[in-house]
Amino acid sequence: MRGGVRIVLLDSLGERSYALLICLGEGALDQAQILPGTLDLLILKAVSLGPLHGYGILLRIGQISESALLIEQGALYPALFRLVRQGLLKANWGTSDNNRRAKFYELTATGRKRLSEGAEGWNRLALAMAAALAARPEEI
Amino acid sequence: MNLLTWFRSVAEKLFHGSQVAEEMESELHAHIAHRADDLERSGLSRQEAERRARIEFGGYQRYREESYEAMGGRFFQTLLMDARFAFRVLRKSPGFTAAAITTLALAIGANAVVFGIMNAMILRPLNVPESENLYGTEYGDDSGWQAYPNYVELRNRNKSFEDLASFTFAFVGLDTGNNPSRATGFATSGNYFDVLRVQPYLGRFYHAVDEHGPDSAPYLVLTYDYWHSHFHDDRGVVGRMVEINRHPFTIVGVAPPGFHGTLLFVGPDFMMPVVNSGQVSPGFDLKDRANYGGVFEAFGHLKPGVTLAQAIADMNSVSAYMAKTYPKEFVHKSSSLSLQGLTSFRRPAVAFVAGLMVLAGLILLAACANLGSLFAAHAADRSREVALRLSLGSSRARILRQMLTEAVMIALVGGAAGLAMGVVLLRRLSEWNPFPTAPVHFPVTPDAKVYVVALLLALVSGFLFGIVPLRQVMRANPYEIVKTGSSARLGRRITVRDALLVVQIALCAVLVTSSLVAVRGLMRSLYCNPGFDARHTMLVSMSLAADGYNIDRAPAMQKRLMEALEEIPGVERVGLVNDFAPLLYGSGARENVFLNEATDLRQANVALSPYRYNVSPGYFEAAGTSLLAGRGMAWNDDKSAPLVAVVNQEFATKIFGSVTNAMGRFYKLQNGTRARIVGVVEDGKYNSITEAQQPAMFFSSVQFPSTGAYVAVRSHRDPQELAAAIRSKVSEVDAGLPVDIDTWNNLLGVVLFPSRVATMALGVLGMMGAMLSITGIFGMAAYSVSRRMRELGIRVALGAKRSEVLRTALGRAVKLLAIGSAVGLFFGLLATKVLAFIVYQATPRDPLVLAGVVLAMALLGLVATWIPAQRALSVDPMILLRED
Repeated sequence: MRGGVRIVLLDSLGERSYALLICLGEGALDQAQILPGTLDLLILKAVSLGPLHGYGILLRIGQISESALLIEQGALYPALFRLVRQGLLKANWGTSDNNRRAKFYELTATGRKRLSEGAEGWNRLALAMAAALAARPEEI
Repeated sequence: MNLLTWFRSVAEKLFHGSQVAEEMESELHAHIAHRADDLERSGLSRQEAERRARIEFGGYQRYREESYEAMGGRFFQTLLMDARFAFRVLRKSPGFTAAAITTLALAIGANAVVFGIMNAMILRPLNVPESENLYGTEYGDDSGWQAYPNYVELRNRNKSFEDLASFTFAFVGLDTGNNPSRATGFATSGNYFDVLRVQPYLGRFYHAVDEHGPDSAPYLVLTYDYWHSHFHDDRGVVGRMVEINRHPFTIVGVAPPGFHGTLLFVGPDFMMPVVNSGQVSPGFDLKDRANYGGVFEAFGHLKPGVTLAQAIADMNSVSAYMAKTYPKEFVHKSSSLSLQGLTSFRRPAVAFVAGLMVLAGLILLAACANLGSLFAAHAADRSREVALRLSLGSSRARILRQMLTEAVMIALVGGAAGLAMGVVLLRRLSEWNPFPTAPVHFPVTPDAKVYVVALLLALVSGFLFGIVPLRQVMRANPYEIVKTGSSARLGRRITVRDALLVVQIALCAVLVTSSLVAVRGLMRSLYCNPGFDARHTMLVSMSLAADGYNIDRAPAMQKRLMEALEEIPGVERVGLVNDFAPLLYGSGARENVFLNEATDLRQANVALSPYRYNVSPGYFEAAGTSLLAGRGMAWNDDKSAPLVAVVNQEFATKIFGSVTNAMGRFYKLQNGTRARIVGVVEDGKYNSITEAQQPAMFFSSVQFPSTGAYVAVRSHRDPQELAAAIRSKVSEVDAGLPVDIDTWNNLLGVVLFPSRVATMALGVLGMMGAMLSITGIFGMAAYSVSRRMRELGIRVALGAKRSEVLRTALGRAVKLLAIGSAVGLFFGLLATKVLAFIVYQATPRDPLVLAGVVLAMALLGLVATWIPAQRALSVDPMILLRED
């Protein structure tokens, strides 16, 4: 599973940034498991489609990212609590489809705003990266 | 982030801690259950599904912790947990804890005391309104003495002060109805209280409008303390008549409780208008511009917007004006201003207290270095525990935080203990009255500032020594440590702990050096020749004015008294010196003298400015001052005889080249009269023990009579018996005459006091430094021996000699000790320059001091390495090698 994460990271960051991350210490990788901010954005996106409990968010992320982004399941919760603390999510206890008590998360107004800003940022970055990577020698 | 939400979340977590924890647990469990449901649906058994779900979830405890932290408000819980854990760890190693707490308590205590003194003396000005803008005047040689008319001139002509008040001392006999007792007062200008902006506690104060020339304002204001102790809080005291030196004065009011006059160390019993000084100090002439005893110090608030430099320039221009207008009486000295309260003591006091503060800081640093290496050793011994915790998923930051909590806990406990000791000591010091006969006190009661500073110091030092193990924890490799045990290789490289130890030893050597220099200085000042024999001379202080004698009747009465005292069996010689004997309370009136040939007696032509004393026949013999040539005073050197003088050797050589040359020669006084030198006496000390050799001259007390005098009684009898005999003899002659009797030696205590205090303080700090370095060296040596027991055992088994074993075990410690001592000695000698302010002849180039420091450090090293050395020598290879 860890290997999977690293490959995803290596793919999405490129060799140099990945090397930098490694230089910063294995610790940084261990703690974050994923680029900081990426997970937050994915959670916001997942929840924006309707209130979800923690496990549901995980499934939804797997679904919408076509299982490309895999994280250790427990790592979701620190991120969730952080987002609640930042006022981007709010949580209520409810009953799940499995008839179990679970905490359901939904976006707040700030959360919605942050999601659209974040998505825009990522799109810009992705376009820029794509353009940069598509550059051919004769264009320089 | 929304601040409000954050606060709410923190508050929630704080107040509903357990509920939040339960909710989180059930949420995480719900997640695992949901996952297990899914897995079960894919065909696994429930048991297997749950197991898989838990594995997929990852480190449960770790994510729970991280979630907690992500929620915020975890700070206090973590702190509490850390504190509880730290408490358990510390309880498990009581020796370590006790050593750490004691070390820190001593260091913080020392800092609290020194800071308390600094706070009281330098940071906290006088206890009056707006004292931070209240400046006192000083002239040339660092004292504020000036003639009353000159003060009035300065008050009227300056443009810098809102108003200028003045005061001088009045040592009097105060008769409240039954018996005259001696009291110390301030003779002040009328505007004294108005300039200070103080309001009376009872009755009223006197004001400038009450002054109408000499003896026009016979009013008295009591200080609260004197009123409390001598009038028993009697509110009816206002309006009562009392007698000062047999002159009636009316008590008009009582000053408020916190008011102790305008000097920090000398608190008066009462205040009276200086215009009435003629009544209490016979011979005092308010209008005499050449008498510099009229005003001890003038002071006032600077006008808003006037800088210190402008005010000083203003004073100098007034002074220049006076020098031009009164060339005969006024001598221009460069003026300066300092915050009111310490007068001429301010500079040396500031230098000394700052020096002490630096030394105390060094003690604290040494203590931190000591504790730092203790903690590093402690952490090294716990490396297995650290490794375990790391491999169980704890973060390094978390472990560091826990260790810091331990350090800060020790720091706080030690700091609190140190502060408590310091406060007790400061309170004692405040109540201390070192000289029962002098109104000297130390208002150093600690205030909030002292508490805050001590606690801050404790916290800072906690962090300082707490982060020493940082590198160890950051580098710890759990896998290696768990596998091989904690014995990291003892390398040859210089470790942080070595550096810390060198620093600590160097600091200690600085302290030892300074305290030895101070002790040597004190010894020298105790055994220096002050120009008289203080050991076998009693001083009887008497004020005839207090019993109503005027100047004309004084000499006859004094002669009668001295003759009576000489009848006491065992008394060898009796003589008196007017006003104050040399070295008492910094007594020393200087006077200008001119060469005999000088005709223009202006200030520019002054030949010398010697101390002047008026002494009776027999004084030199009674004081034990040896006569180098000529004679002392005689009874027939009276007002009808020509003026004769005895000078000291310094005077004789400065003006006439040699003692024999000076005999029979003439010189002139400021008023033009010629004095003939009839004798030369040995040099002595006059104003302070530390002064450079000063010229002095002695005139006949018959030619210059005074009502106040110290009678010197020379005898080898037991001082107490003698005092009783003197007392009964005096009351035979005049029953109403108040006298104070003490040995000259005891009275010298006042002059020696600063260097005694300095030596004591430095001695204590030096001892603390020594203790710290003993524990430091001991800790390091013991630790290195214990870590290398096996290696030593092998060496012994291979036939190493005892000396070789010792060298291996302790060589490093001894080398560090030597380096640290050398560095410390160097800096200690540099620091001696500061000491020279207070301590007599503090010189670093003293072979005894150098040898003393080296010896002391060697002894410290010996003491500290003794036990580890014994342990290293007792190594039994058979037992050690069998162990594991």
